[in-house]
Amino acid sequence: MPAADGKGLLRLATAGSVDDGKSTLIGRLLYDAKLLHEDALDALHRNGGGAAPDLASVTDGLRAEREQGITIDVAYRYFTTPRRSFIIADTPGHERYTRNMVTGASTAHLAVILIDARHGIIEQSRRHAALSALLGIDHLVAAVNKMDLVAWDEPRFRAIEEEFAVLAAQIGVGAARAFPISALHGDNVVERGPADWYDGPALLTFLEEVDVATDRGGGPLRLPVQWVIRPDDAARGARRYAGQLAGGTLRPGDEVVVLPAGSRTTVTAVETHDGPLASAMPPDSVAVGIEHDLDVGRGDLLVGVDRQPGVGRRIEATVCWMAARPLRAGDKLALKHTTRTLRVTVDGFEALLDIATLTDGPAPAALALNDIARVRLRTAVPLVADPYDDNRTTGAFILVDEQTNDTVGAGMVRSISEAAPGEERSPGVVWHKSGLEREDRWRALRTRGATVWLTGLPASGKSTIAALLERKLVDAGHPAYFLDGDNLRHGLSGDLGFSPADRRENIRRVGHVARLMADAGTVAIVSLVSPFAADRELARELHDAAGLPFVEVYVDTPPEVCEQRDPKGLYVKARAGEIPDFTGVSAPYEPPPHPDLVIHGAAEPAERSAERLVAALKESEPA
Amino acid sequence: MSPPDHLRALESEAIHIFREVAAELERPVLLFSGGKDSIVLLRLAEKAFGPGHFPFPVMHVDTGHNFPEVIEFRDRRVRELGEKLIVASVEESIKSGRAREEWDPARPGTSRNRLQTVTLLDAIDGHGFDAAFGGARRDEERARAKERVFSFRDDFGQWDPRQQRPELWNLYNGRIRRGEHVRVFPLSNWTELDVWRYIEQEALELPSIYFAHERDVFDHDGMLYAVSDWVNPSSDPFSTSVRYRTVGDMTITGAVRSRAADFATVIAEIAATRITERGETRADDRTSEAAMEDRKRQGYF
Repeated sequence: MPAADGKGLLRLATAGSVDDGKSTLIGRLLYDAKLLHEDALDALHRNGGGAAPDLASVTDGLRAEREQGITIDVAYRYFTTPRRSFIIADTPGHERYTRNMVTGASTAHLAVILIDARHGIIEQSRRHAALSALLGIDHLVAAVNKMDLVAWDEPRFRAIEEEFAVLAAQIGVGAARAFPISALHGDNVVERGPADWYDGPALLTFLEEVDVATDRGGGPLRLPVQWVIRPDDAARGARRYAGQLAGGTLRPGDEVVVLPAGSRTTVTAVETHDGPLASAMPPDSVAVGIEHDLDVGRGDLLVGVDRQPGVGRRIEATVCWMAARPLRAGDKLALKHTTRTLRVTVDGFEALLDIATLTDGPAPAALALNDIARVRLRTAVPLVADPYDDNRTTGAFILVDEQTNDTVGAGMVRSISEAAPGEERSPGVVWHKSGLEREDRWRALRTRGATVWLTGLPASGKSTIAALLERKLVDAGHPAYFLDGDNLRHGLSGDLGFSPADRRENIRRVGHVARLMADAGTVAIVSLVSPFAADRELARELHDAAGLPFVEVYVDTPPEVCEQRDPKGLYVKARAGEIPDFTGVSAPYEPPPHPDLVIHGAAEPAERSAERLVAALKESEPA
Repeated sequence: MSPPDHLRALESEAIHIFREVAAELERPVLLFSGGKDSIVLLRLAEKAFGPGHFPFPVMHVDTGHNFPEVIEFRDRRVRELGEKLIVASVEESIKSGRAREEWDPARPGTSRNRLQTVTLLDAIDGHGFDAAFGGARRDEERARAKERVFSFRDDFGQWDPRQQRPELWNLYNGRIRRGEHVRVFPLSNWTELDVWRYIEQEALELPSIYFAHERDVFDHDGMLYAVSDWVNPSSDPFSTSVRYRTVGDMTITGAVRSRAADFATVIAEIAATRITERGETRADDRTSEAAMEDRKRQGYF
């Protein structure tokens, strides 16, 4: 009795030119595996009209195809041997059907490329191999067919085998192997053929044994949240976040980060409807419970603390364009990635890919149907993604035309980044020059602008020092303005919370305000917990790009001192669990590695600290 | 015993599909016939949404010619799950003039099978459903092999095989306009054997007609038809041990001679069989090679 335990499911894509005999090979696999059912056989004997079965007609699904003798779309075939279950994505070979090949290859572990022994590796074969590699398939098989027509000539086969190995190496495929076969006669497909010089296994034997397991739980954790299970009443259980694992291994007790918000929490349960699991890995569909009451929903990505994915609005991706109408820079589309759909604008094209070699050609003006190109995209909100080479699920997306609702493109993320500091983000909006140079303004007003950025734990003394500094500067006749973190949250950042993403956005806003003030000639004094080094670095880069002084001050007060002071009673509330994501209690603080000034808040009187800051500011001025 | 890897992968894929539809479409419905494929669908829906309720109702398109054992099972199973059942009646479509009777008890092999399309599309329209889960599998038949998991239907409920949306990775595009709908097939990648093995693994109850039982049948055109109120025997009825491989109308569903009375023996018989289930036991698919393709284009399941 067939049993498919052991190696599990093998998804393979087959590709070949019209006359390579691909359909015959598939028919042969099904036929010889004794699983081609008898009534289907009746039909093919009728179609063939002759004594030999017309194996190819087994796979021609639609009437139009049978009438025209072509294959117009990806077809899926299934067969099971005692050792393994197989899903074949049968993709047509004509050049204009690149999109079908890409579709079929997107879910495949292995690709079988049909090569006619008489013609060897042709342009088409190179395309099929390259597209397979592009889609992340790491196992290529060359089925060198019609060996009977070249009298099982060994040198002929060896030459093709060698050329195929070189090709695979060129396109970066790890495992490549060639088989001399005759699909028509069944030689070396299921049973060994007549060539005594060939001592390898038959193709099916190889397919039954090949190990394609790539990332069975090895990579970093990725779980796109798909659905929130809310039982109608508490008796039926707690809220669960459901999704299909896309990477890594998930266990109860794991610390996870919810992206894009960035909140951290601990997994309390990993389960299916059948009960709790000790661990889960791709492709399991699971439901997880988490410790904190966070705002988690569809489209969020649960990841491990280490090796987090990229977060940003600027995407460079390899896109296969699948629509008849061209894709142009400036086009707006919907982008579906994992369980999230966002709006995206095409910024431009980097290079058109040569599909046979995977090498870059010149940047195209537009993409036509079946073109594959490296494309720059910009999303409306940050995308959370991995490079496709690292993860075939969290690195993949489709593009959807919002007018027709059609799927018009397939994309593979190459890189992801946030807009560079100070970079123009609104194309079409040009920075308006006032006509007054900064140096002229500062000289006339007898002032110099700068930003002082105080970072440290809550209650470390930042604001006290900042207020003293403001007073000292203004008393000395120098414009200064204290931008207090708490006060800013009442207005400019009133819409933001305390998740890492919101903190980052808050710092971006404050950084820009400080930069404008400094440019105007004021000393902007920022007092902000700003716990993350990367975010503070962004603020610094904004100033560097504008040529403005930026003084980072680390108010280094021991946590226990801060907690003891607690002038606003926040630590008490945080300890009571009333404030989630409270820095120093339930959220991390990253001290600056290279601050311009360190203030030991527990040891030094604030007055003295403020004086040292005035001195530091003088130093930052050009002599 | 842990389930075979490939069944676990197929199960997870189906659960993923269920959740995608529930999240992205507004008014899905699960089409339930009482047959083994839709019984597996129900189980997968439980796994996708439990311990919560299904975020959609269950609907049966009832020709009035079903096996009584199946109707009894349908009502009981949906009640046990605590879900909502909608019955769309072909009989009523005929009475209201929406569909014209094609069944003739004097001609075995005639049925109301095709009329289900009218009733189904009217029900989808009437309830405003924008997605309908079905139990179809790609291994069943040639036209299905090319159908997407999310199979888009225009506002006449029709399928255009040449205008299908590319379907990549596990990213399904369920965007539609008002009046259009998507047929969703979570079992697309399952084979008949997978379905049976899953039923065994999950210990799912099936209508009794799936297992060998004594029944009065008659032979017509090489198929064994059940003696029922809806068909006049064209040959002498006789009693024999049979089981059914598919569940359809009594008017067109053929029985196979079998003594397989439990899972193990049924699965052993299926593993050994050389005839596809629709070809063996469905008169509707034997009409022409392109029979299914034509019906699908018109909006059939």
